[in-house]
Amino acid sequence: MSTTAEKKAGFGSVLWDYLTTVDHKKIAILYLVAGLFFFILGGLQAMLIRIQLIAPDNEFISAQFYNEVLTMHGTTMIFLAAMPLIFALMNAVLPLQIGARDVAFPFINSLGFWLFFFGGIFLNISWFAGGAPDVGWTAYAPLSLFSESHGVDYYSIGLQITGFGTLMGGINFIVTVVNMRAPGMTYMRMPLFTWTSFIASVLILFAFPALTVGLFLLTFDRLFGGNFFDPEMGGNVIIWEHLFWIFGHPEVYILILPAFGVFSEIIPTFSKKRLFGYSSMVFATILIAFLGFMVWAHHMFTVGLGPIANSIFAVATMAIAVPTGIKIFNWLFTMWGGSIRLTSPMVMALGFIPTFTIGGMTGVMLASAAADFQYHDTYFVVAHFHYVIVGGTVLGIFAGIIYWWPKMFGTMLNEKLNHWFFWLFFIGFHLTFFFQHFLGLMGMPRRYWKFLPDQGLDLFNLISTIGAFGMAIGTIIFLINVVMTQMKGEKVSGDPWDARTLEWAIPSPPPFYNFKQEPLVRGLDALWVEKMQGNGKIQPAEPLGDIHMPNRSFVPFVISLGLFIAGFGVMYQGAMWILAAIGFGTTAGAMLYRSVKDDIGYHVHKEELEEEGDGSNG
Amino acid sequence: MAEDVLKSGNLPENPERATLEGRNKFMGFWFFLGGETVLFASLFGTYLALRNSSVDGPTGEEIFGLGLVFLMTVILLTSSLTSVYAMYHMKNNDFKKMQLWLGITVLLGFAFLGLEIYEFVHYVNDYGFGFTTSAFSTAFYSLVGFHGAHVAFGLVWIISLMIRNHKRGLNLYNAPKFYIASLYWHFIDVVWVFIFTVVYLMGKVG
Repeated sequence: MSTTAEKKAGFGSVLWDYLTTVDHKKIAILYLVAGLFFFILGGLQAMLIRIQLIAPDNEFISAQFYNEVLTMHGTTMIFLAAMPLIFALMNAVLPLQIGARDVAFPFINSLGFWLFFFGGIFLNISWFAGGAPDVGWTAYAPLSLFSESHGVDYYSIGLQITGFGTLMGGINFIVTVVNMRAPGMTYMRMPLFTWTSFIASVLILFAFPALTVGLFLLTFDRLFGGNFFDPEMGGNVIIWEHLFWIFGHPEVYILILPAFGVFSEIIPTFSKKRLFGYSSMVFATILIAFLGFMVWAHHMFTVGLGPIANSIFAVATMAIAVPTGIKIFNWLFTMWGGSIRLTSPMVMALGFIPTFTIGGMTGVMLASAAADFQYHDTYFVVAHFHYVIVGGTVLGIFAGIIYWWPKMFGTMLNEKLNHWFFWLFFIGFHLTFFFQHFLGLMGMPRRYWKFLPDQGLDLFNLISTIGAFGMAIGTIIFLINVVMTQMKGEKVSGDPWDARTLEWAIPSPPPFYNFKQEPLVRGLDALWVEKMQGNGKIQPAEPLGDIHMPNRSFVPFVISLGLFIAGFGVMYQGAMWILAAIGFGTTAGAMLYRSVKDDIGYHVHKEELEEEGDGSNG
Repeated sequence: MAEDVLKSGNLPENPERATLEGRNKFMGFWFFLGGETVLFASLFGTYLALRNSSVDGPTGEEIFGLGLVFLMTVILLTSSLTSVYAMYHMKNNDFKKMQLWLGITVLLGFAFLGLEIYEFVHYVNDYGFGFTTSAFSTAFYSLVGFHGAHVAFGLVWIISLMIRNHKRGLNLYNAPKFYIASLYWHFIDVVWVFIFTVVYLMGKVG
């Protein structure tokens, strides 16, 4: 992924470059690599689950290991794969789409990545330290209190560290959008991906602190003798469920909104039409985010909150179908009458729409509180959330990676292999999860290690496992494609898709300062406006001048490493308290260093800039 | 040029928002405080759910003393006022007076923290009311302790800013830093007003 010049510079200097970078484009690559790594890890765990369930009474893996694999599959996929891959796209694209030279807080951007990374590593060390968490990714109390290994402690501390990073990333993108837009880039001219990322960041800001508190309470109860979830001491186990889902429900919108944004970029580009109903798309995004905060208890219908609370949350949940429906129809109307090119991102968008609609429909079914007593904790729920998360978020992420790959790396993934990837993954996906709806309706509970023979569950479970292999082969083809493309290293132009938005107006990959001169935005789909009404190039908003850039820094890595070390001390206690002292000391020292050491950045001078080209994609 | 932000003297009217970096910090910190609000709201919610779950341990009504808490409240609210004076002098480009008022703020903060530590020690020693006594005690120490930890962090923050800049005075680079530290201090104060009401007043009479 490095250019020839960097290869000559040697492995050590490239490594140091990435360890200290504050450039959003390089941080995007870090998020992409780490996210794909964890995606593969979570995928392997999914394969173990499906192989165990290939036949009744199977003994492929033990019950305890099954519980660990199942917990880590969910936790890894949500926190360590989907979130960072979304952050990869946001980092790679969002500043370019609004014409900014970097994000608002480049240092914090880097800190966010390293916190996520060390949190993820911390969580996975549990495999080698007496057992991974084994209580499901939701870690409901009191089960989480009775788990004997340190697995749940790895869960609570690891996610705590990761969560800090995510929160910082969210604040960073909010401020970037509010303060860093180029001249003429009004809110209602922002591309939809920027809009949805912006709203998702707002959700992160208000949702993650609830998880932070929940994880603190869990840590206090397990490691420091607290009584939050211990009924004998007056505690209440439902508090965890509330806090977890006050975070957890907005979290699913954090995952899906950026994917909506990706498809809202892809569909207009390959239909050669502007997005139908742009302002209603923006409005629907905000409405989904708003409603997303008041539906959390629909995960808790069977807890016994009472018919009035259940009814209110049921109606609020069903209401979300309205703005989501607006989006579905807007995408369809964008394609209506367009001149459609069936590139792989576009085909993925076409696969996404019906898949997500099915997931949305089962969502409305689940929202009906009375019926939910039948569906609750069955494979029907498993099928539902995989339809929206894989059919929505994961397809969106891969469509986004393929679509913006040229912008990130300057090369183009092989289209033929992209199509193979999509079709294997897509057909495999429907084989895996479509039949799980029926398994659930037939009464098969989720998270069970085994099922008994001759209960009508055998065939659908077998088909489901076969489908999972299809998804795995598809993913392998994607990885082969990545390796082959980067080995070949064939460069493409700055605008290979003939696209519409600002990021395509500069070379691929962009120079480290992004825009040589601040761009002047003259309408929605800024580049398309210039292609139709101008000379095809974005006009500058300022004369060529010095560019202010942030300094690189190793401090984010050190701050995160400190918390990583401290986590072990807090967990093992006793003589290991020394680790907590070292870790927290390192973090505090690095933060103090950051605070007292001036970091005012540097300037790229006008004379150096003049020697290079005009900064457009031509 | 980049180094210009380090020159002191002749600052504009709102030095904390005069540069893009300053504006970003200013806005980012407000959003951060929004997240902190959710954090404390979650802790308050937990506390409200558990405030009557004292099982065999002491109840809030038995142990809370409004006299001490009133004193702590007065001290912390006053420290908020003194930090406003400090920001007033920052905007008038009077660095010495700003440092003075920040110093008073810090002293009041230490007084508050000392009284809070005294309060906790008192509960543990005289009433056997420790972190693990009951669900109520765990919720109480978590909520009030989180606030106390925020106060301690704020003190370290303001002191390190005062020491770092005492020789060179105000400039466009450190003005936003002082400003957001004072924002943080106000936030801590607002949270305490809620703790005073929800924990202590409601614990005594509610």
